[in-house]
Amino acid sequence: MNPNDVILRSVTKVAIVVILTFSIYLFLGGHHNPGGGFIGGLSVAAGLVLLYLAFDIETVRKNIPVDFKKLAGLGVLIAVLTGVSSLFFDKPFLNQTFGYFNLPIFGKTELATAVLFDIGVALAVIGTAVTIILSISEDG
Amino acid sequence: MSLFHIMIFLPFIFAVFTPFIYKLVSPRIHTGWFVILVPLTVFLYLLQYIPTIANGSTIYQTVPWMPSLNINITTNIDGLALIFGLLITGVGTLVVLYSIYYMSKHREALHNFYVYMLLFMGAMLGLVFSDNILVLYVFWELTSISSFLLIAYWYQRKNSRYGAQKSMLITIFGGLAMLAGLIMLSMITDTYSIREMLSKVDLVTADSLFLPAMILLLIGAFTKSAQFPFSIWLPYAMEAPTPISAYLHSATMVKAGIYLVARFTPIFGGSSEWFWIVSGVGIITLIYGSINAVNQKDLKALLAYSTISQLGLIMCLLGLGSASMYFGHGDESTVYAYAVLAAMFHLINHSTFKGSLFMVVGIIDHETGTRDIRKLGGLMSLMPVSFTLTIIGSFAMAGLPPFNGFLSKEMFFTSVLTAAEHPVFGMKTFGLLIPVIAWIASVFTFIYCLILVFKTFTGKHRPEKLDKVVHEAPIGMLIPPIILALLVIIIFFFPNGVSKNFLQPALIAILPGFAETGGLDVTIKPWHGWNTELFMTIGVAGFGVIMYLYLKRWSFLYNFFPKALSLNHLYNQSIEGTENISLKVTNRYMTGHVRDYLVYIFGFMTLLLGSALWLSKEFSFTISNDADVTVYEGGIIVAMVISALTVLLSKSRLTAIIALGALGYLVSLFFVIFRAPDLALTQLVVETVTAALFLLCFYHLPELRKEISRVKFKATNLVISIGVGVIVTLLALASNNHRLFASISHFFEDSYTLAGAKNIVNAILVDFRGLDTMLEILVLCIAGLGVYTLIKLQLAGREKE
Repeated sequence: MNPNDVILRSVTKVAIVVILTFSIYLFLGGHHNPGGGFIGGLSVAAGLVLLYLAFDIETVRKNIPVDFKKLAGLGVLIAVLTGVSSLFFDKPFLNQTFGYFNLPIFGKTELATAVLFDIGVALAVIGTAVTIILSISEDG
Repeated sequence: MSLFHIMIFLPFIFAVFTPFIYKLVSPRIHTGWFVILVPLTVFLYLLQYIPTIANGSTIYQTVPWMPSLNINITTNIDGLALIFGLLITGVGTLVVLYSIYYMSKHREALHNFYVYMLLFMGAMLGLVFSDNILVLYVFWELTSISSFLLIAYWYQRKNSRYGAQKSMLITIFGGLAMLAGLIMLSMITDTYSIREMLSKVDLVTADSLFLPAMILLLIGAFTKSAQFPFSIWLPYAMEAPTPISAYLHSATMVKAGIYLVARFTPIFGGSSEWFWIVSGVGIITLIYGSINAVNQKDLKALLAYSTISQLGLIMCLLGLGSASMYFGHGDESTVYAYAVLAAMFHLINHSTFKGSLFMVVGIIDHETGTRDIRKLGGLMSLMPVSFTLTIIGSFAMAGLPPFNGFLSKEMFFTSVLTAAEHPVFGMKTFGLLIPVIAWIASVFTFIYCLILVFKTFTGKHRPEKLDKVVHEAPIGMLIPPIILALLVIIIFFFPNGVSKNFLQPALIAILPGFAETGGLDVTIKPWHGWNTELFMTIGVAGFGVIMYLYLKRWSFLYNFFPKALSLNHLYNQSIEGTENISLKVTNRYMTGHVRDYLVYIFGFMTLLLGSALWLSKEFSFTISNDADVTVYEGGIIVAMVISALTVLLSKSRLTAIIALGALGYLVSLFFVIFRAPDLALTQLVVETVTAALFLLCFYHLPELRKEISRVKFKATNLVISIGVGVIVTLLALASNNHRLFASISHFFEDSYTLAGAKNIVNAILVDFRGLDTMLEILVLCIAGLGVYTLIKLQLAGREKE
């Protein structure tokens, strides 16, 4: 991709906000609507891919100083730990639960432990996808 | 989850945080100071169970893990498990303390060291306390893996890698055999719980799988406990750092096999096969180890062979003791039960004296720079404390008073003598052999104990052969062996406290028949008159001293044994042979051409699926139940076919990628039509990302070599491609008509009430099939790291060029 592509860069600057916001929506809405950890994670990864396409890798890396390999590992760790934590409540491994709470702004809201597990999934997906993309592109 | 479970899992939990602690404090504070809290906490926690267990009760606690498969983490605290638990954590605490002084905080990768060690500790605790055989198996293999990592800790050394590989190949082979045995057991008794198996012993004895299950299980136990002929891995495991040798290869891991045999004695004991195999292998190992130990030049190798031999001794005692099950109650039963008591007593004693000996050898190595007895000598005046500790440890091992080894050695002699006199399983004819072999092995034991003490500490000190100026070790390094050595003496003077609190409950656990009578009332006395056992000991000492003095005269006999016949040689040969064969086979199909791989993959797939369909004769299909194909569905199919053909036939890569993306989008249209919006959206996102990925790779990839050689027509390719198409179509049609099981979709309809989720896809992903998802992201991560590593390696390789 031409690193001096002005149109792509200008569009990306706006689009990335939309994409990331939408990914967060996808992620959080996953319990009742299409979405969830996998899809949310993938769309974040897609947004990052767009960033890498529009700007060169060094710039993005400087602005998003995240080691994506570690992010992937962290994701798996979170997923495993949420699974283990159910053991502490005398429930089988990976047992999920949910409940309804009255929150100040949102009113009656459903909170599910599955979201914690989903965070792990999302992080693992983002981490892995971006790691693969980055390492392949460095190979050029 | 009970506090007890948390205690067992504490090492694992702590292992997760150890690298962070290391990063935070290193190199100012030794990481070991934090790690030591784990075994210490668990040890102190376990102490409170002693009174309860001494009363003969057993505590069960269950945490559901996979209740649908009947796999739960049930812990079983009884006398046997408690002895092991206390040894693991008690010796563990001392070993960590010792390692703080042994492992340099500046040079060593301590975080790795302690993570492996904590993993091992947790695995061992899980192993001895779990009641579920599958959980037990998982922990069993985890001990093998963590021991592999620990032996290979200095992985830059060739010997470390060799030793680690050897120990892993042998112990994991044994573990797999054991798994097969355990599965057979669970098939017979229809349960995974050891406790429930005990109530179905009659079923096991009557089953035709009794013997295979028993032998497979024993292979597992023998490999782990380094019994003959599997013992060859233990001397090579000595490449590990000395704290590890002291911990894994003397006090705990190698005793896992003993634990297993003891644990399953109530199920298999009482049969002549179990009796002869266990005691026979044990006594062969005893004499094999002791004879070989005499010939060693390396102090750690000497201790390794001595460990092998002592484990054989314990194994032999357990085998003899199992005869007690045959008699049920009565005098004969008590005679044999005494052997079990002796086995448990020697197990504890061995951990104390061998642990301290290993630590002392580590100190010698640390302070002189060598473990070779040909270079050592005359250290007595330079290292007085170590000398004293070695005397205590070795004389305990040799079975001399006033050390605990004397007591258990006497009990061992009593057991073999009485066993030889009692008629069971042909003991009348072969029985006399056992005391004779035991006595000869004890003489050799005595000799190597003398070698250990006198070759190292007496004679002439030759500083020119050593790299370092010798002085006594720092006090911190001496404290752990001193504590163990004190235990050696304390147990000698107060053996009945041990007997009452530990041996009796363990006996009840191993021989449940004694539970009603409250066990065997044995008072262990240091002095029991001028009896045969004492004369045997005197004979051992006398002969031992004479043979030690004339060692040079007869040690040439060792050279007569042909090297080519040794087990090690056989092992190396078979490893080499396997490597050669697999290399040849692999070279045959790993051609480096993707085209060839695809031919193999698809050819195999066609053959497998085709023959399965053919053999099962299940192929049939009707289209009467199918819904009508509407016009736009037909249109989508046509579009899909067109885009698929475009992928195949396009000249440019860009077109192919876009066509592939189009195909994916068309599939997601189908999901929309069949009212699966969740799936459709997933598919869309996946397609987008993969297409973007493809384009990115396409842009960044180096120019492919223009390999426009004309593709020759190949009949095999045609056959395979048509075959794959036909098979997949047939399979789809056939599977649509064969509903062997009720559809599971009704279960998922309740996702809102069960998981509170309106989105079924997500409910399946995180709730119903959470384990799958967890493993999937794990696989994903590993794949990602694989890609990363491969490309990094390639880049590094290119830079080298």
